[in-house]
Amino acid sequence: MTAPRVDLADIQGLLRYGYGHHTESVFLALRVRDRAAARAWLARAEVANAVPQASPPATVLQVALGAEGLAALGVADDITASFSPEFVAGMADPPERSRRLGDTGANDPAGWPWGTGARTAHVLLLLYALPGGLGAFEQAIQAQCATAFDLVARLPTVDMGGVEPFGFTDGISQPAVDWTDTRRMGEDKVLRYGNDVCLGEFVLGYRNEYGLYTDRPLLDPQRDPQALLARAEDQPDKADLGRNGSYLVLRQLEQDVTGFWRWVDAATQGDATERELLAAAMVGRTKSGEPLAGCGDRALNAFDFDADPDGLRCPLGAHVRRANPRTADMPAGTGGRVSQLVRTLGFDATARRHDLVASARLHRLLRRGREYRLAAEGREGLHFVALNANIARQFEFVQAAWIASAHFNGLSGEVDPLLGTRSTVAGCADAFSRPSDDCPNRRETGLPQFVTVRGGGYFFLPGLRALRYLMEGS
Amino acid sequence: MVVATIVPAREAGLRELLQSMNAQAGNADPGNPVLPFGAVETLHYARLVLIDDAMQADLKVCGITPAPIPTRLVLMGDCDGPAADCLAAIARVGEAGLRRLFGHCEDFEEGADVLAWMRAHDQPVAVNFICRLGRTVRRVREDHALWCALVARVPRGPLDTPGEAQRRCRALLDFVEAERRAGRLVLTDERPTPLAWQLANVLHLVALPALALLLAPLWLVALPFALLTLRRLEKTDPEWCPRPDPAALRALQGLEDFDVTNQFSAIGPVKPGWFRRLLVRAVLTAIQYTCRHIFHRGYLARVQTIHFARWVVLDDTARVFFASNYDGGHEAYMDDFINKVGWGLNLVFSNGVGWPRTSWLLFGGAKKEPDFKRYQRRHQIPTQVWYKAYPGLTLTDLERAGRIRDGLRGAARSEASALAWLRLI
Repeated sequence: MTAPRVDLADIQGLLRYGYGHHTESVFLALRVRDRAAARAWLARAEVANAVPQASPPATVLQVALGAEGLAALGVADDITASFSPEFVAGMADPPERSRRLGDTGANDPAGWPWGTGARTAHVLLLLYALPGGLGAFEQAIQAQCATAFDLVARLPTVDMGGVEPFGFTDGISQPAVDWTDTRRMGEDKVLRYGNDVCLGEFVLGYRNEYGLYTDRPLLDPQRDPQALLARAEDQPDKADLGRNGSYLVLRQLEQDVTGFWRWVDAATQGDATERELLAAAMVGRTKSGEPLAGCGDRALNAFDFDADPDGLRCPLGAHVRRANPRTADMPAGTGGRVSQLVRTLGFDATARRHDLVASARLHRLLRRGREYRLAAEGREGLHFVALNANIARQFEFVQAAWIASAHFNGLSGEVDPLLGTRSTVAGCADAFSRPSDDCPNRRETGLPQFVTVRGGGYFFLPGLRALRYLMEGS
Repeated sequence: MVVATIVPAREAGLRELLQSMNAQAGNADPGNPVLPFGAVETLHYARLVLIDDAMQADLKVCGITPAPIPTRLVLMGDCDGPAADCLAAIARVGEAGLRRLFGHCEDFEEGADVLAWMRAHDQPVAVNFICRLGRTVRRVREDHALWCALVARVPRGPLDTPGEAQRRCRALLDFVEAERRAGRLVLTDERPTPLAWQLANVLHLVALPALALLLAPLWLVALPFALLTLRRLEKTDPEWCPRPDPAALRALQGLEDFDVTNQFSAIGPVKPGWFRRLLVRAVLTAIQYTCRHIFHRGYLARVQTIHFARWVVLDDTARVFFASNYDGGHEAYMDDFINKVGWGLNLVFSNGVGWPRTSWLLFGGAKKEPDFKRYQRRHQIPTQVWYKAYPGLTLTDLERAGRIRDGLRGAARSEASALAWLRLI
């Protein structure tokens, strides 16, 4: 059930659906050539909303705008500046942001084929179609856009049946978004990790996991004389340009599949069992998606790491454990007031040891990525797409403090074994360790880089009224 | 902490000089000719910061037009042993450079005795948080060298036979002994804590509560009135948490993430009125007491990422300066603050102008994430020069290396202790 005030007709469908039936998709990164034509097209574009349909629509179009795109489309500077600072600065923002995100060395935006400088995307179109329908759909869209936009990058995707190029089942971990918008968080601590997340963590204009409203552009109503925009829930005297929108993070992650398995084979001296064990340890799941931390007979996403605080079953540095450490607000312990106070003051040594990672519920991402394979060029990987309301606290935090950190959870000298760049501020971080309780920890070193960033950007995925306002009202 | 007023006309020159001390933006070259921090063996961290009065303008939300405060130069460091000794060591290695630096300040005369001048400009520190008291720079370096030597050597295969962990452990201990004899590893015996210091510390531990007890009749009578006043102020004090200026934000970020540890310097005016000034003093005294006697064993409540932190009260309690050295990125630092010690921040910073509204001094405030994050960044000031003695190492590294070192004694005692020790490496 959705509360009536969550206006699904105003929310782009991608926030609610992964469009799994739509096995064909392509992303188009565009730059504005003709402002008037671009505005007119975007204002009229048939963008799919989140209202449930009896049967999946044949095609789906989603529209996201970059900060440079807003300017190119003629949106007032002060409105653009009132979006989040990360969005305004953009993803390819060396040296500070690149340093933080691990976009250095081979990942340096200077080497990206698109997503930086004159190849920064103004507008991102995401096209989805049921099997067999994409060709004509894309042709039609491209034809409509031909005068208004220049194509910076065409990012085709491929349906690999839910398995990413390294061979592991992907997309299992997703937050359960509270579409009823009834989850209310306050100052009380959540003592057990759960998968439920407030709508406001992904959709702007609603309450988030702090019980608050994420910063977003709020306008004086006189700037919206036609009242195209909804009023802000928390500040009814303001028009909410952010409402029902989100931030979309896109990263083209190229995967060196041959290099990955070659390295795993070398590290395990060709032992077939060890090979699978090591690769699964790096991912934190078996190829079929079973979490190493164990989920019993429950769903593959219904688990946490409370029973494995030292990483004996799933290494602390495993990819899925970094991407979502499934931590609660407090280190594990009893829920009694006294026990909580003892842990709050840091007096419980065991709790302290398990308290090195921030609470996961404040750092969740809605993932909408698609795999790609360019057979002719021999390139494959993932177009990583994440939706979040706060780029700094969600995407950038996960990327910087968890994935790319050489000191995640008390580790040292290792970053994400799959995604990480090996040269970090802490120096070389090319190790991967597997704790064990009956022998010294196993530790592989000399991991090459398996994933390289080839482009990306931060985008605003506007609510449909906001899109119309930006194209017609402002 | 040395605080000196800059001659306005010389500020630009000073900024240039400070910049010349850095190897990377804001990050000192340890051997820079102005002040070679690396030559002071007892120095963990140091910074040179220019404090301007930008935040004073916020007093307008309280209906006050602030008097201008001249820009100050701050030199502070976190060191082993008595601060006076460290200051003397700094004066020794950097005398000429310090003359150049302080030559940009008022009342510094050509032939002045630098050390005496610095002492005369030394401001008392209200709170001095030291993550692990007694862990010296030398110890950090020795522990790390030991860990590095062992990492490459520990046999990581499965333990096949009983007693194998102890055997491996003993072999490593023999290796360490051989390396020590060969002079490749140095593990200095720790000097015992001076008895006088210990006595003074115990006295302090007892004296403050005793004093509080003695004065109980006074403050128990005052308490209800204080609480009433607090609640009244909490309901009426204006909040002021606008977004930081994008250019200022960028300048701050430009100094960050060159190392696993980052610096943070911030300043802000205290709310007007005697009550807030008294309260901030009282709270800082209480925090200093807990830092001195409780929180010096590797953690500050739930936070285990802060190496050193300081609060300094300036200008007759009109302003408070805060400085810290923390592991990880700035966003994570703020999240730690909100989620782990928001209550602790509220105690102090809710006495600052504009702080997000608190209730009962502990609740609300920093918990208001967007307000707090904007406030925190907006009050941050660039740290022009920052020095860290052991780049690349976080507190968890330091703690782990320390446990490895401590384990040299007794690790081989049992199979279980040997395995636990091997797993640390």
